[in-house]
Amino acid sequence: MKTLLSILKDLHPEIDFETHEQLIDKGVLDSFDIVTIAAEIDNEYGVSIPADAIVPENFNSAKALYALIERLEEEE
Amino acid sequence: MLFTSFDFIIFITLLFVMYYTVPKKYQWKLLLAFSYIFYFIAGPKFLFYILLTTGSTYVSGIKIGKLYEDQSLYLKANKELSREEKKAFKAKVKKRAWKWILGCLLLNFGILFFIKYINFTIANINWFIDRLNDRETLSFIDIALPLGISFYTFQTMGYIIDVYRGKYPPEKNFGKLALFVSFFPQLIQGPISRFDDLAKTLFRENSFNYNEFSFGLQRILWGYFKKLVIADRILVAVQTLIGDTAMYDGAYVFVLMVFYTVQLYCDFTGGIDITIGIAQILGIKVQENFIRPAFSKNIAEFWRRWHISLGTWFKEYLFYPLSIWKPMLNFSRFARSKFGDSIGKKLPVFLSAFVVWFITGAWHGASWNFIVWGLLNYIFLMGSEELKPFYSWFHSKFDVQGTLGFKLFQIARTNLLVSSIRLLDCYRDVPGTFKMVGSFFTKNNFNIFVDGSLLEIGLTSADYWVITGGLLLVLVVALIGRKGSVRELMAAKPVIVRRTAFYLLIMSILIFGAYGVGYESSQFIYNQF
Amino acid sequence: MKKIISIFLTIAVGLGGFFSVQRLLVPKYTKGIVEGTLIEEYYPEAKNHDVIIIGDCEVYENISPITMWEEYGITSFIRGSAQQLIWQSYYLLEETLKYEKPEVVVFNVLALKYDQPQKEEYNRLTLDGMKFSATKLKAVNASMMPDENVLSYIFPLFRYHSRWSEVNSEDFENFFGKRQMFHNGYYMRADVKPVETVPSGRILPDYDFGDNAYKYLNMMVELCEENDIELVLIKAPSLYPYWYDEWEQQMEDYSRKKGLKYINYLELVDEIDLDFAVDTYDAGLHLNVTGAEKVAMHLGKVLSEEFDIEDRRSNQQIAAIWEKKVEFYNEMKKNQYEELEQYGYIKSLKGE
Repeated sequence: MKTLLSILKDLHPEIDFETHEQLIDKGVLDSFDIVTIAAEIDNEYGVSIPADAIVPENFNSAKALYALIERLEEEE
Repeated sequence: MLFTSFDFIIFITLLFVMYYTVPKKYQWKLLLAFSYIFYFIAGPKFLFYILLTTGSTYVSGIKIGKLYEDQSLYLKANKELSREEKKAFKAKVKKRAWKWILGCLLLNFGILFFIKYINFTIANINWFIDRLNDRETLSFIDIALPLGISFYTFQTMGYIIDVYRGKYPPEKNFGKLALFVSFFPQLIQGPISRFDDLAKTLFRENSFNYNEFSFGLQRILWGYFKKLVIADRILVAVQTLIGDTAMYDGAYVFVLMVFYTVQLYCDFTGGIDITIGIAQILGIKVQENFIRPAFSKNIAEFWRRWHISLGTWFKEYLFYPLSIWKPMLNFSRFARSKFGDSIGKKLPVFLSAFVVWFITGAWHGASWNFIVWGLLNYIFLMGSEELKPFYSWFHSKFDVQGTLGFKLFQIARTNLLVSSIRLLDCYRDVPGTFKMVGSFFTKNNFNIFVDGSLLEIGLTSADYWVITGGLLLVLVVALIGRKGSVRELMAAKPVIVRRTAFYLLIMSILIFGAYGVGYESSQFIYNQF
Repeated sequence: MKKIISIFLTIAVGLGGFFSVQRLLVPKYTKGIVEGTLIEEYYPEAKNHDVIIIGDCEVYENISPITMWEEYGITSFIRGSAQQLIWQSYYLLEETLKYEKPEVVVFNVLALKYDQPQKEEYNRLTLDGMKFSATKLKAVNASMMPDENVLSYIFPLFRYHSRWSEVNSEDFENFFGKRQMFHNGYYMRADVKPVETVPSGRILPDYDFGDNAYKYLNMMVELCEENDIELVLIKAPSLYPYWYDEWEQQMEDYSRKKGLKYINYLELVDEIDLDFAVDTYDAGLHLNVTGAEKVAMHLGKVLSEEFDIEDRRSNQQIAAIWEKKVEFYNEMKKNQYEELEQYGYIKSLKGE
């Protein structure tokens, strides 16, 4: 989780990712951010996010994103 | 059949009456019949293409669906399998599904590519042959572009990719899928609907609802107003200015830029209003394609508010998959080790966005001007991405963020950028466009704004008054629209106000609309794409 | 109840607004192209004419019904308009026969040269004046150019909406009704422009009149037979559009075959004493009033002698109506000559 938060912090230092719940709905993360995050996750965690997992539900909060990573790690 | 023809209005009226008189279970079949009649009128021979796309997608969808169904049955029946075994089985299924979708995509994009881009490709090959001093150039192929092929191909391929991704099961009823592909109000110029979104209302049994009808009708009229009163009227001047580049350079280029923006905006958004309105009177919900794009404060925002369905399509089905594609990520890792983190990190985005904007440009038309236009969008987007540090620095120095003046500046800047690159679309010639834009700075004929020259380009002062009045109304409606639905606001007004407004709108279309004798009937601009 | 009234009012206001705007925007033809008013001026007439003349400008400018009345007591009406195509003439005849049954119908054959619709503007001059009826729809259907739409004939607002920027006092003055411009479908011109040269006809690829044109001529013959009406074919003495010998031959053959009287006034120029130095107002294209009177003298004679058209001058009722027409005619003639003297052109027709 820590690694993930630092990835996010890198992109948008001004956002408190631990509590924010509407990163997509409120337009904090744009498509470039999403792709960067996916690449970072691939780099750091070694899991690749499939394109069909890029939906608001998975990217709206750091928590949801972390859950996605765990789910994907499980499946690997 | 043009949206603005009498025939089309009769067509819609007939459909509307029949739609609410036939037994409800036949409603979607009626829509299918009318859609195919609409397509048949456009050209009987085009039916082959749309049927081929529908058929191939239908079969692929069913096959993929069957594979997934069998998979879940098998997994359920064999719970004792180890994780690895399950994974291996899933991978096998996915591989077989992949064959189906790959075939489907190759076939349908292949058709689109062949019909739309073969002559463009030949022209470019010939250019090279010419450079090599070889006389044997290839000859062009005489092939007509089927109505709406870019739109329905994208829409249908979106459907099959979703099925492959397991988002929803395939449509088992061939007729329903055929209706989704051919639904005539959106066939000509979009929006590019998503199956799960449109299917909710497209196939259901709809009862006549006065409110929906009245809102839909208002939406249709508003579309006709924008299209007939403003877009088709200003079109004359746009065509004049494009038609004689030797005469209309310098300041005229600016005039053209503004006029073409007005025309494209009113034509395209008006057309979508008509589409959504027709669907609405039939009880069908078609997604919005624009959210007041002229108020965008930067290019990225503009593309989230203009032709939304196309942007979403490219994002979901091309940009994301491409930028998180394994080889792309590997390349990124490689680049990080070679050029450092900051560059390596950006590479997937930059590369994928380049591909997306190249294709977006080509989607708009098979010629270099569109591709250059797409790439200029790309440069602007990447530029503003790279300028982010500068923006933060600027805002830390000057506290203007959020002030009205600065917002207006941002809006003006965005509109200037998107409008200026659209000149490529006008002149259809890349060096020619740059030459014309250059002449704006060198020619110094700004007196055309005061010496009456603007009355010589096909518009009388009466036309200017109508256009100005129409645009003011469009602006007011857009401003009110930020706070909520204009139609709901109207619905809350006393009946006399509502009916008066309704009549004024109809009469202004009938009187001030640029239709009938003396006006060239004009296709919606997006028809050709 | 309140709701019903509200709906009723809404519809009434809507229709009222629509038709008012339409009425305001359709051209009134009281100035400039005054011949646009000829067709509609038939309807208020007392419909008991013994002779109906149909055709294009070669009838409505070349024959004076008043002369035929004054000299022979023939009651006649010209149902003609600019470049009136043969199917339009046919349907105008069909319409006229619903109102009255003449003894003789006279048709000018120049229109046979057009086998297909020609020009939207000319269609309008003929068709817009017709009252709405099934016959009108048939006429519209036969006349439309490929990009025209029948709805714009039913609701002319769709055609003339762009006149909104040209609306002037003429449109308001004639909003509720127009003053009568002419009588008996005759467009009077008193000015003179002599013939100087007569252009010879271009060589045509094909001199045979088209099948479509013949079809309507045949229909006209049949319609007259069914109604026991004598049909007379004429070719007015206009020097051009050029009347080819090949065309003349076809008309002579046709009239002989059908047993119809055919008069080519181009061959009777000397006999009726027509002088192209004084009897035309546009160098031979159309006749002026003196020319029209000369043609009428001859035509009236043929009609009364060969077709036994009754002299109605002794009928008090009819004579009373025609007395007014004669007065109107003489007044108009006088005015035109005065204007010519004063301004050198006919000011009232220019609408200044």
